Amino acid sequence: MSILVVAEHDNNAVDPSTLKTLAAAQKIGGDIEVLVAGKGCSTVAENVAKADGVKKVMLADNEAYEHQLAENISELVADLGKNYSHILAPATTTGKNFMPRVAALLDVAQVSDIISVESDDTFKRPIYAGNAIATVQSEDNIKVITVRATAFDAVAAEGGSGDVESIDSVFNNDKSEFVGEQLAESERPDLTAAEIVISGGRGMQNGDNFHMLEDIADKLGAAVGASRAAVDAGFVPNDMQVGQTGKIVAPQLYVAVGISGAIQHLAGMKDSKVIVAINKDEEAPIFQVADYGLVADLFDVLPELKEKLKNTFEDSLPASI
Amino acid sequence: MKILVAVKRVIDYNVKVRVKPDQSDVDLANVKMALNPFCEIAVEEAVRLKEAGTADEVVVVSIGPKAVQEQLRTALALGADRAIQVETDDMPDSLSAAKILKGVVEKEGPDMVILGKQSIDSDNNQTGQMLGALTGMPQGTFASKVEVGDGFVNVTREIDGGLQTVKLNLPAIVTTDLRLNEPRYASLPNIMKAKRKPLETTSPDELGVEVKRTIKLLKVETPAERSAGVKVADVDELVDKLKNEAKVL
Ligand SMILES: Cc1cc2nc3c(=O)[nH]c(=O)nc-3n(C[C@H](O)[C@H](O)[C@H](O)COP(=O)(O)OP(=O)(O)OC[C@H]3O[C@@H](n4cnc5c(N)ncnc54)[C@H](O)[C@@H]3O)c2cc1C
Ligand SMILES: Cc1cc2nc3c(=O)[nH]c(=O)nc-3n(C[C@H](O)[C@H](O)[C@H](O)COP(=O)(O)OP(=O)(O)OC[C@H]3O[C@@H](n4cnc5c(N)ncnc54)[C@H](O)[C@@H]3O)c2cc1C
Repeated sequence: MSILVVAEHDNNAVDPSTLKTLAAAQKIGGDIEVLVAGKGCSTVAENVAKADGVKKVMLADNEAYEHQLAENISELVADLGKNYSHILAPATTTGKNFMPRVAALLDVAQVSDIISVESDDTFKRPIYAGNAIATVQSEDNIKVITVRATAFDAVAAEGGSGDVESIDSVFNNDKSEFVGEQLAESERPDLTAAEIVISGGRGMQNGDNFHMLEDIADKLGAAVGASRAAVDAGFVPNDMQVGQTGKIVAPQLYVAVGISGAIQHLAGMKDSKVIVAINKDEEAPIFQVADYGLVADLFDVLPELKEKLKNTFEDSLPASI
Repeated sequence: MKILVAVKRVIDYNVKVRVKPDQSDVDLANVKMALNPFCEIAVEEAVRLKEAGTADEVVVVSIGPKAVQEQLRTALALGADRAIQVETDDMPDSLSAAKILKGVVEKEGPDMVILGKQSIDSDNNQTGQMLGALTGMPQGTFASKVEVGDGFVNVTREIDGGLQTVKLNLPAIVTTDLRLNEPRYASLPNIMKAKRKPLETTSPDELGVEVKRTIKLLKVETPAERSAGVKVADVDELVDKLKNEAKVL
């Protein structure tokens, strides 16, 4: 068996979801080769080559791949992918965008968003907003798979010694072009990779009040997330939505503030290790999944929490920090 | 311009699905079914383009057994002009669905095909992209804004890092995200009117598509349930528990 993993990156650094996808590839077993397609991304390729278990990295460095346009990337991946038994990519918005095109070009089905590898052709994946887990078996000769990153532990980023090889083939379509992007800029850790996530819902009332969550997040080195209702209402941007149709997170600690706990929200966070809910309605469904529930008005308790955490951290950290 | 919208019949989003005791599948007997929410957004977008004078015809298509006609009527009540049911007894996989939709695209020749980004039952998020590859059309997935120009469309997409805009030559594929629009409710007169709008039935055979499944469903399980923990009295107790009991701070 030979596995092609398509790396997720921003031309500068490899995304942590790639290392988790490599872990899924190791569970399948076989030679693992990685494709890094982008522009000016040779550093990414060199770094990925050091990841544990990577035999070879193929570097496709061309303008056509700079913005990961699905039309171009899918042709490249399908062309290279013919020679592999499995093609894997993280189930990020990039992977979800181009991988089904790869599958269709190869005339095979795709197994989306796997959370476990049972054997080289059998996988588990959540369906119905995670309310059921399906075990599926693929009979296709090439298995095209997207991987839910939170379900796998990353392979070591160092220690491997794969070769980097340049790929010259260029697929550049004339039907789609990149116009622009507005990327969220944040000093906080990435939502999907953070150890602690603190999310706000409709109960936050407006975008300004999210500063209360940000202050606490900054004390804890946490990321800030949101429910769909908070995004729809324009409190915060779409990239903060946690849930079935937003981002999937599984941190050590998830704090839900002013979030009722709809199944679509739970789908995105219920695999967190510890869940805290702060809600003034003691009947709110979020309490059914929370390890610690605090029935209170968030506007009363958030300032207090910020103060108390300050004390906690000042107790435990050396004065110089 | 002509817009084709693919709509799927799925479990109502408010229903929490149960797994059958024999773990063969989920139990959909007597469960409330509805138009997939993302497909509703797709219909709404097409109807708005028609109301704005950009589109002149909105055709909706659904693949599945006779029951999907109910969702097609809903789409007609929301403002679509006519409907096509591609009759199959079981739900095809995404690739077969995309092949069937390609057959419909070849017959209808739409300038834009709008689909939901994912169906909330199988959560696959594949069909639109597959249709793009099969027809050679460019795609704007996870759309939060669609602006039609002369022979092209600009699509703003919700991506993990924020928003991205792509320009696509028509004909093109668009898949909808939640922020694209807020679908209207069908009014009673429109529901009545929808009953008289044309609904044509065809089959995968007639479209020259063989429905096959290469992914076998071996088992469906209920996930490990989380149980409710404890209520804490105040912030002090919360911080104490997180520090000393859960040890996550
Ligand atoms: C197709 C589809 C996809 C969806 N995808 C997602 C998704 O990915 N993610 C997602 O989150 N949702 C998703 N949803 C929406 C979901 O169904 C809920 O509508 C949404 O999660 C509700 O957000 P909320 O909990 O912030 O708001 P609400 O349900 O309105 O809850 C607000 C909560 O705040 C509490 N509150 C109010 N004021 C205070 C206060 N002062 N102090 C303390 N508590 C207070 C209230 O008691 C209430 O429990 C989706 C829905 C559909 C149909
Ligand atoms: C419990 C369960 C068991 C399953 N078992 C199997 C199995 O054993 N083998 C297998 O191969 N698949 C199986 N599936 C998958 C499922 O039958 C198909 O994959 C699915 O119906 C095809 O579309 P999708 O949901 O993947 O589409 P997605 O790609 O998630 O949907 C995106 C969009 O495509 C369009 N679309 C999708 N389906 C249709 C349709 N029927 N008519 C019109 N438009 C449509 C809609 O616009 C929709 O919003 C199972 C699904 C479930 C929920």
